[in-house]
Amino acid sequence: MTTIDATRVGGEDEWTENRPPRRGLPRLDLGEAWRRRDLGVTLAERTLKVRYRQTLLGVGWALLQPLAGLVIFTLVFGRLAKLPSDGLPYAVFVYPAMCLWTYVSTSVSAAAAELPQNPHLVTRVYFPRILSPAAAVVPGLLDLAISLALTAVLLVVYDVRPEPQVLLVPMWMAAAAIVAFGVGTWLAAINVKYRDVRHVLPFLLQTWFFLSPMVFPSSLVSDEWRTVYALNPLVGLVDGFRWSLVGAPAPPAADIASLVSAVVIVVGGLYYFRSVEVKFADVI
Amino acid sequence: MRNSIEVAGLGKRYTVGGRGAKLLTEVVAGWMRGGGGDKDTDFWALQDVSFTVGTGELVGIIGRNGAGKTTLLRILARITAPTAGIARVRGRLSALLDVGTGFHDELTGRENVFLSGAILGMSRRDVRARFAEIAAFAGVEQFLDTPLKRYSAGMRLRLAFAVAAHLEPDVLVIDEALAVGDAEFQARCLGTMEDLQRSGRTVVFVSHDLGAIGRLCKRTLWLDQGRIVFDGPTPDSLRKYFDAVGRIDAGRAEIETDPHVPVALKSVWITAEDGAPLTEPTRLDTVVIRLRVEVRERIPGLDVGFYIADSMGLRVLEDTLRVAVPASPLGSAPGEAELAVTLPGVLRADAYLVGVYVYSGHDYFVVEEPLRFRVAPAPGESEDGLRPAVRPQLTWSVTGVET
Repeated sequence: MTTIDATRVGGEDEWTENRPPRRGLPRLDLGEAWRRRDLGVTLAERTLKVRYRQTLLGVGWALLQPLAGLVIFTLVFGRLAKLPSDGLPYAVFVYPAMCLWTYVSTSVSAAAAELPQNPHLVTRVYFPRILSPAAAVVPGLLDLAISLALTAVLLVVYDVRPEPQVLLVPMWMAAAAIVAFGVGTWLAAINVKYRDVRHVLPFLLQTWFFLSPMVFPSSLVSDEWRTVYALNPLVGLVDGFRWSLVGAPAPPAADIASLVSAVVIVVGGLYYFRSVEVKFADVI
Repeated sequence: MRNSIEVAGLGKRYTVGGRGAKLLTEVVAGWMRGGGGDKDTDFWALQDVSFTVGTGELVGIIGRNGAGKTTLLRILARITAPTAGIARVRGRLSALLDVGTGFHDELTGRENVFLSGAILGMSRRDVRARFAEIAAFAGVEQFLDTPLKRYSAGMRLRLAFAVAAHLEPDVLVIDEALAVGDAEFQARCLGTMEDLQRSGRTVVFVSHDLGAIGRLCKRTLWLDQGRIVFDGPTPDSLRKYFDAVGRIDAGRAEIETDPHVPVALKSVWITAEDGAPLTEPTRLDTVVIRLRVEVRERIPGLDVGFYIADSMGLRVLEDTLRVAVPASPLGSAPGEAELAVTLPGVLRADAYLVGVYVYSGHDYFVVEEPLRFRVAPAPGESEDGLRPAVRPQLTWSVTGVET
């Protein structure tokens, strides 16, 4: 057997300690998660391979959900309810939001489900558990990219000209991944601790959907409540996606609240996850 | 001496009564009722456990089910945190508490090697560099691009262990991972552990296979009810352990079986030749070893083997059903079967362990060492001083002496 010392994690003389969890704020120890990032990549790759191998639809699956949303919401909210759409054709207005929502909801559910569904990963091996929700939000990015690319067809059909800010789309995708990771981390930790959360999750997601400006523009909310409304990080995200992709009005200054709350959710999620992580193997 | 593992005052408390994970609705309902809280009871899976393991040592851990062995390994591996005390490990640790953790049926053998390697702590570069060795070690080169779901249980096991064997840790802790697999596989696993130790690595080995412990480990810890009962040279540990458990089992073992496995060993017991109960035969007695096996689905060619290991862990004898009865109908239809093996009085006075395996082809359905029993000296005789492997009653004759 050959020894490859260069790739060793930790020196030969370094002690690793296991003591009772300390009271108060835990140490995040993100450095260890970073050293084991290959596992995160491998887990994400596994999910992608399994999904594209198992389903006949393959790539089509990525498009089905946002396209179905596009058709249904255009008919119901665009034609029948005649919701405002920031001066854009309703289909063009709603499609980027459908893509974003499909990504966020599937990623959050996947992040919450991975550890409870694979108890052996928790009880038989050690790895920085945070890699599980982190890896869960990655595969959906491929579907998101594919479905967003289809926006081009809508732009041609409805004769909408793309603006230069379309170049910022990757940044918004990264922001969506960070929000999904933050919320997913909270739900993953709660889901291990409380087994009935998975039954509540669809309801929570549905509520979040209708609280977010998916089928209506965020401009519908009056100015005095606009900042409070933007505490929902999806508000800033949807505004950003619409602005970049289909030239809707730029996100207002109030959307800074979305950025702030996203940071709070992610940092809070990391600490909460870390504080309950040590008990995962005992309760799962 | 340099240490690789230091454990001091280690304790682990579990709360029983709750089912582990709680229901959020219960917690909320509890708040609304105004607290109160459940009457959970605590139990200590480990208590005040202290020991050190020197670098390059190969230490065994024995004990009955529920003695705290697995909890100890989980704490060493950082899977769970202790409630009290501290456990320190020097260098890179690999823990094999299971074979094939994280394997995915839909992925190919090759993909599973990368997945399993990553889960066990190898970087992708490590796995790539050792891939050819791993595949060769597992002996599945032709099936690398076949989905894992088409692998037999034996192939799966070999692949899983092959990944684990190429981890190159400084400290390896290993739990029962070898309790499955055929003799050749087990020999390779034990060989790998010996190689690791010879190259200066530290190994902690938990097993029910006292034979393997006896052959491999110079030093053995005996855990009982969460405490270290004895820590010393393996022969002493094994002798004390045998003395303690031999009486408890009293010649009969009932086995809790997993309802999902196709074949289950339900019980093992010993009787006299006429079927009368027997707890402690003398070395001259014929002993009948009886096994009750439940076959839940048709498995043609199902075979049952057993062996007997002495208190030093030496396997004294072995036999299989199909060697004696090639055309046995076992496995041809579901149902319960009782097997009886008649063993003439060949054992010396000692404590013995009966190991049973049920298999067909490469698939091992049962591998257990469920029964322990003692053999007493013949009446009027003392313990065997020379500890021969076997002590059958031989025929002597004396000629040429004037009387």
